[in-house]
Order: sequence, then C-alpha cells, then structure tokens
Amino acid sequence: MNIQHINIKFYLENPEAVNFQEIAAAFNTWIQKKLLEELLIDVADYLHVHNGPGLMLIGHEADYSLDNRAGRLGLLYNRKKQLEGTTQDKLNQAAHAVLNAANILETENGLKFNGQEVQIVINDRLLVPNTIESFTAFEPDLKNFFDKLFNGTEYTLEQDANPRERFTVNVKAATRFDVQTLLQAFPAESVHV
Amino acid sequence: MKASNSLWREQKIESSFPDLVREIDIYETEIELRKQGKMDEKLFAETRLRRGAYGQRYDNGKRWDGKETQTLPYPSSATELTKGVNTVWDAPGMERIKVPFGGMNPAQLEVMAELAEEYSDGIAHVTTRQDFQLHFIHVEDTPALMRRLAAVDMTTREACGNSVRNVTACPYSGVCSTEAFDVTPYARGLALFLLGHPDVQDFGRKFKVAFSGCKDEACGLVNMHDMGVIAVKKIVDGVEKRGFELYVGGGLGTVPHPAKLVEEFLPEEELLSTSQAISRVFARLGEKKNRNRARIKFLIAQLGVDEFKRLVDEERATLTPDPRWTAYLEEIHITDEKPLHPVEPLNTENYSEDFNKWYKTNIWHQKQEGYATATIALPLGDITADQLRGLADIARRFTNGTLRTTVDQNIVLRWISKGDLPEVYEALKELGLSQAGAGTIVDITSCPGTDTCKLGIAASRGLAGELRQRMAEKSHTMDEAVQNLHIKVSGCFNSCGQHHIADLGFYGVSRHSGNYTVPHFQVVLGGEWTHNGGSYGLAVGAVPAKRIPQVVDRLTGRYVAERLKGETFKDFIQRIGKVQIKNMLDDLTKIPTHDEDPSIYTDWGDSREFTIGDMGIGECAGEIVSHAEFGLAAAERQVFEAQILLDEKSYQQAGETAYASMLKAAQTLVEEVFFNVPKEPDRIVEEFRARFYDTKLFWDEYAGGKFGHYFLRAHEKVGEQYTADEAHRRVEEAQLVIEAAHSCYGKLLAAKTTLIALPGQQGS
Repeated sequence: MNIQHINIKFYLENPEAVNFQEIAAAFNTWIQKKLLEELLIDVADYLHVHNGPGLMLIGHEADYSLDNRAGRLGLLYNRKKQLEGTTQDKLNQAAHAVLNAANILETENGLKFNGQEVQIVINDRLLVPNTIESFTAFEPDLKNFFDKLFNGTEYTLEQDANPRERFTVNVKAATRFDVQTLLQAFPAESVHV
Repeated sequence: MKASNSLWREQKIESSFPDLVREIDIYETEIELRKQGKMDEKLFAETRLRRGAYGQRYDNGKRWDGKETQTLPYPSSATELTKGVNTVWDAPGMERIKVPFGGMNPAQLEVMAELAEEYSDGIAHVTTRQDFQLHFIHVEDTPALMRRLAAVDMTTREACGNSVRNVTACPYSGVCSTEAFDVTPYARGLALFLLGHPDVQDFGRKFKVAFSGCKDEACGLVNMHDMGVIAVKKIVDGVEKRGFELYVGGGLGTVPHPAKLVEEFLPEEELLSTSQAISRVFARLGEKKNRNRARIKFLIAQLGVDEFKRLVDEERATLTPDPRWTAYLEEIHITDEKPLHPVEPLNTENYSEDFNKWYKTNIWHQKQEGYATATIALPLGDITADQLRGLADIARRFTNGTLRTTVDQNIVLRWISKGDLPEVYEALKELGLSQAGAGTIVDITSCPGTDTCKLGIAASRGLAGELRQRMAEKSHTMDEAVQNLHIKVSGCFNSCGQHHIADLGFYGVSRHSGNYTVPHFQVVLGGEWTHNGGSYGLAVGAVPAKRIPQVVDRLTGRYVAERLKGETFKDFIQRIGKVQIKNMLDDLTKIPTHDEDPSIYTDWGDSREFTIGDMGIGECAGEIVSHAEFGLAAAERQVFEAQILLDEKSYQQAGETAYASMLKAAQTLVEEVFFNVPKEPDRIVEEFRARFYDTKLFWDEYAGGKFGHYFLRAHEKVGEQYTADEAHRRVEEAQLVIEAAHSCYGKLLAAKTTLIALPGQQGS
C-alpha cells in the first residue's frame, strides 16, 4: 500500500486560551523567519465557519492549521507533497513536523497539547479507501509507529467507520504525554521534508 | 501533487457529457506539453483559464511579509517553469467550478466536499456568479479534480478566460410568485449550447449571461450583464407565447454600464439562435488588442444599440439552422422539480426565539401553496466539507435534492414542506448553518480580495467579516429599514463584490501618508439591488479601512434618524446630498501618524503592515504633506464636485468637471518631475503622455494603460456634449484616473526613497 498525504492532528488541552489574532501573527512570523522546514506561503483565516479548518498556515509541501473540525481544536499537519521511503518514514515525518510546530506554539504562545489523543487521516480516498481492508493493511505500520511514539504505553486504534470519510484512525494512549517527550521518539535522521 | 492522479485517469467516468471527459484528457496533455517546454506560456495560460484554473495571489513567487518582499523558493523556480507570464508553476492556484443557474444536487455537494478536502483547504466558496471556487490547488492536480466533477456532470470548462462564463439565474426560478415563467430550462439550454461552441472561442474578453423571471426583484441582476434576459409572456394570435426581454452591454467592472434593451419580445425559440448571432458579432467586431475595452459594453457604446441590433439581425439571417436551437424546448420539463413530502402546515406551537428569527429572514414562501425555500446564509460564501455533506443529507431527507447557489453567496434549499421547517432548522443548526439574517445587512457579499486574489488592493473579506460580526451582534435591535440594507465589498475597483449595486458599497484603494501606505476603502453609496441591479452608486470618498465600521454606523444612524416615511436608502442619500455625506465622514478620512495609531496601517484580518514596497521610515514620517499630495487632494475635490453636478442632472458641467479633475491629477504628477510645466491643457497632456503614459509609469500592473487612456480620450473629447450616461461614465473614469495617480505617486515616492538609500548618497 502506497501511503501518502498523511494528516496528523494533536488536540489542544486548553482551546479556550487560544488567542487567534496572536497565532495569526505568529504564523506570519513563521513565514517571515522561515521557521519550519517546508516552504510556507500564506495564512488563511476560516474562523468564521463552524467547526472548520480554523486558522491555516498554507505551505507548498504541507499545510499546518489550528483546526476545529468536529468542534475539537488541535494542530493539524496535512502533507500534500508525496514522500519517498517506507510508511514508517512518512509517519515519522508527519508526526515530527506537527510536534515540532506544536512545541513552538507551546513555547512561544502558551498553547498546551494533550499528547494523548491523535488522529491520523490519509487525505486521498482513491489511494487509501476508508475500508476494513485498508485498516487491516495499514494496522501493522500504525502499531509499529505508535509503539515507539508512546514508548510502550498501551493505546487504542479506532477506525472511523463512516464510508463517506477519508481513511481515519483515532488513537488514544492510556496516559498523557507532553510534546517534548513525544518529540524524543524521533531521531533527527528519521525525518525529512 | 496527489499520488492518485494517475489512478483517477484510469477510472471509468460515467458522465452525461462525454465530450467534457475528452476535454480533460486534452488539457492533461497540454499540461505535459507545457512541462516539456513545448507549449508557450501565454497559450498555456489561456488554455488553463478556459478550464477554470485561475492564478492566485503570490503566484509570482513573491510575498510581502510585513517587513520585506520575500521570494518564495518553489521547487519549480529552479527550472523557471511557469504556467503563465510571471506565474510560477508550483504556486497554488484557484479552481472555479461552473454551476449553471446555481442548480446543485446532493451528489454534487458530496463531490465538492471531497475535492475541498483532498485538493484544497477544506473550504468550498460560493461566488457572486453562483460558481464554486476552491483555493490553493496545484495545477497538476486539476485534471483529476475535473474528472471527479465530470462524474457528477459538473465542469470547470470556460469558467474563466475569454469565454462565456457561468450562466446565472434567479435561484427562485420555478417557485417564485412574481416570475412570468420558470427560466431554469432556458438557462440550462443556453449554458449547454454555448459551452465549447466554436462561435464563442474568439472573444476579446469574458461574456456573462443572466436570466431573470421578473423585472422588479434583484435575483437575476440582468442589468449588469453582457447579455441578460427577463421572462415575459405575450398573447400572439390569441395564444400565450413565452419570450424574453433581451438586454446587452451591461457590466460592472471598473466603470459600470447599465444594460440596454435590444428586444422587447424575443420568442423562446429564438433565444439560442440570437445568442449565437450576438456571440458572432462580438467575436468579429469586439476589441481584441486592448483588453480594457474588450467587453461587449464598449462595442455597444461605440456602435449604439440600434446598429448593434441591426448587425445581430443580419448575422442571425446568415446562420445555418441548428436543430439544437429548439431541440431543448422538447425537454423543457427536464428541470421541473417536485416536493418530497406532502404539504403539512407549520403548526402553531411556540418555537424558540432563534427559530423565529431564522423563519423571519431566511424563509421564503413559494408560489406553490404549503412549500417554502430556506436560505442558508454562508459567512463570506464559505462552507466546509462536513457542512456540504450534512447539507446533502438534509436535502435528501426533506426534499428531492433541490438546491441552488445564489449570487449573494448563499445556498437555497427549495421545496420544503412548511411543516418540516422546525426539523430543517434543527438539522441546519447542528451543522452550524442556521444563522438568521439572509438578505439583510448581516449577509454581506465580498469578493476574495487580498486573501487570494492577485488584483486585490485591500482585504475585502477581512472587512466583510468584521462588519458581519458587528451587524449580527445588533441586527435584531436595528431599525427594520437598516436591517434590510445591502452591504457589498470589493477588494479593488474591478467590482467582483458588486459594490456598485449595494446600498453601502466599498472597494479597496490605498493612500500614502508620509512613507507609509494605508489601506482604504472607497465608499460607494446609492446603488440599487432591486430591479435586477437597477442603478449604480457613486463613490463619495476614501476612508481608512479600519474606520469603515464607523462609516456604516454613521450612515445607518442618520438614515434611521432622518429618513422620511417609506424613503429608501438610495433616495435618502440622494436627498441629503453628497456634500453633507462628505462632511459627515470628513474626520474619518484624516490619517493619524504611524506613531499615533499603527493599527490604521494594517488591514482587517492581516497582522502585516500594509505597504506596497520596501520604503523605509523617513524623518518626520507622517508629517510631511507634499505638493503632490495637495494636488491629488484638489483633483479629488473636483471629482466630488462633478458627482454633485451629476446628482443635480447638470450633465455637461459634471462631465467637464470630471475631465478637469483628471487634468489636475495629471498636472500634479507632471509637476513632480517637471515643476514649471506650462499650464495649458495641451502641454500638460503632452508632458503626461511622454513622461507617464508612454513610459508606462502610470500603468497599473494588471489594468495596464487603461486609466491613462481614460484621461487621454477625455482630453480628445473636450468641447463635446455629454449625455447623462456619458457624464456618469466620465465621473467614474475620473475617480479611477485619480486612484491611478495616487498609485503612480507612490511609485515616484518609492523610487526617490530608493535613491536616497543608495550607498554614499545618504543625507543628500
């Protein structure tokens, strides 16, 4: 299975504390300072729509957003450009990218991510349909990845059964993790843009 | 680029329009040819546009980050691959999807949701032409996206470019009590007939068509279209016949033109053939070299309506009969709709206050007893993928999937049994789509502006969002007369937000203050939304963007306090006059220094400092008022006087004063480089032409020499008589010439600053 276009979302612990105006300014600074590895292009504000993509940092290889889908605010990484390598490489890349950005938001802007719940979406319905078969094929890779990410702590994988949805798996660890701890799961050489 | 693009190519697509699928294959080949350098960039650009793939802001690979203009190093920049002149291949673009007459079904909504998620940013955007737009899309993903649309009988073909754009129609067609008859099948028939037709492939500019079922309401906006028809019925030999009033040559754009009536009763069987004849005349005689004068409105202004009609009749007589002209009439009922549920009255129980508010503003009673249409008021025309899917479910649950997009960027759900309305409301509420205020002052129309449009000057969406929020907070305590006003915002003079036909319209401009540039909006008052966009408002002055909410408060407050019984806002504005309005707003136009209020130097929803160049901060910034700034202010005063004269119906004087204001603006610029220029108009024009027009210094990056041309042409016509239309146009042109002069002055200022900053010249 050619896994591409991984979306990964970590949820905010303190969504009520988010100052979106400040985050919009921060995203602009990220573009200005070329703070992330990807080419960052623009900021898009969709805070006016209900449970929408929120505040987006549009990039060439990927988008980052303070996403409010389903009414749960979190940081979403949407990988657009295809990647070479194994499925583990691609999961590592996406997770490292989102955690790195989350770390900046925690450090610079006072946000707090819960690190216990993660959502994985494959943003390509034809490539990876939202079926049991896809889940069966992808599950070993997911387990391999989350075993390392959560450092052996127990967790659950739950596929979203809605056939109209993209392939979606919700993951919940038995305990909370902070972003710094999760970032340690990635040796520097395991991630690339 | 999506990994599944090649897989979509292999999918079998069942489409009612197999030619569309073949078209996509051709387009994909053209993409490949361009990548291999075997297709010229200009040709590829037009080809791409005719498939609805449009450029987006920053696609030249540059972006102002608030401190400096940064180069965006796209991977394709290394090979210098472009998808048009100065348009980087890898830069994201916009895809426009046609929705003829706004008609959608649930399956189409679901596909739109999938496309928004997989190729765009999760948002689908309804436009002021009933289209959908998706943003931030890679050009190489567009063929797959088009194939998925074709599978639900949707197309992007000719959604942009010099072609027949989406054919719009009143979203209440077929259910409206004021219509002569349902125009839906005619709009559909014409849209399909003209799509890809050989006679519409050689236009110098775009061509927009609209249908309306009646004359008095706003929904069709026929008056502002290149070609518009209004349904009429006539008794011929004792038999009722269907036909249309046919209008041509309307348009907003930089200078709005009202459409002209060319046929009082065009029989239904002549609609397609006459449209074809009009297309051929436009293709043959319309301007091709100067795109700024290439819309059909200019051809009609040049020829006169009678001559244009004669040419169309002549062309019509030469056409080879085409069976399609009337074949569609045999399936005239193909677009008929039926309710899903039988009539159930709305019972009389006590509903929530929110339901009652929604019912009051968003429910529209159909001519079919017992049924209603619900308007889903989309904030800034935006809807999420989840909302699209949810709306598809609601459409299936309560109707036969009967939905339409609207020109005020909403979606209407038709044929709801009134007894179902409480459940519909609850279902919409769960999706966050139950906001009341459709068609009121809360329901603000806006073009994309600086968010995504390359031409945007100011943040129209930012302003519209801010006003929407403020209006929503107090809408239910507002006087009813204010509640029913329309606000429309454009990011620049090109009118995509339709500011000319709003009660309160705004379009983005900029002004200089010291070494800074300040986002402003021109305030346009007195437009008419009803009567198919019956008349156009005029600009009364530019106000800093951040103060526009105060402008709205003052104008609406005074309207409530002083309006006469039954007086419309348009009539009120006319009565109190522009002098008083200008006085009311005068203090708001004063720009504080950057130190006093830096927020004025940023735009709505954008934290970056608003500027158009790399100008540094000079000494005494904000305190220096140059000779040129005085001169341009004088020109603005003159154009304002011209507007007053226009209001007084002194057309000759209005036209002459408007010309004088342009001359003043030109003189001001000339004096910046040649201070002692003789004051004779001919000499000023001569110097202006040589120093600013021929050198292209006065040219706009996108409009080219259009504004300079307005001035030069006005000078040639000095001494001629003005009709009301001509005077109106000259005043509009003068306003634009002055805007261009401000912009040009900014360029001169930037050049001077750059010179001062050169090493070794500091302090010179």
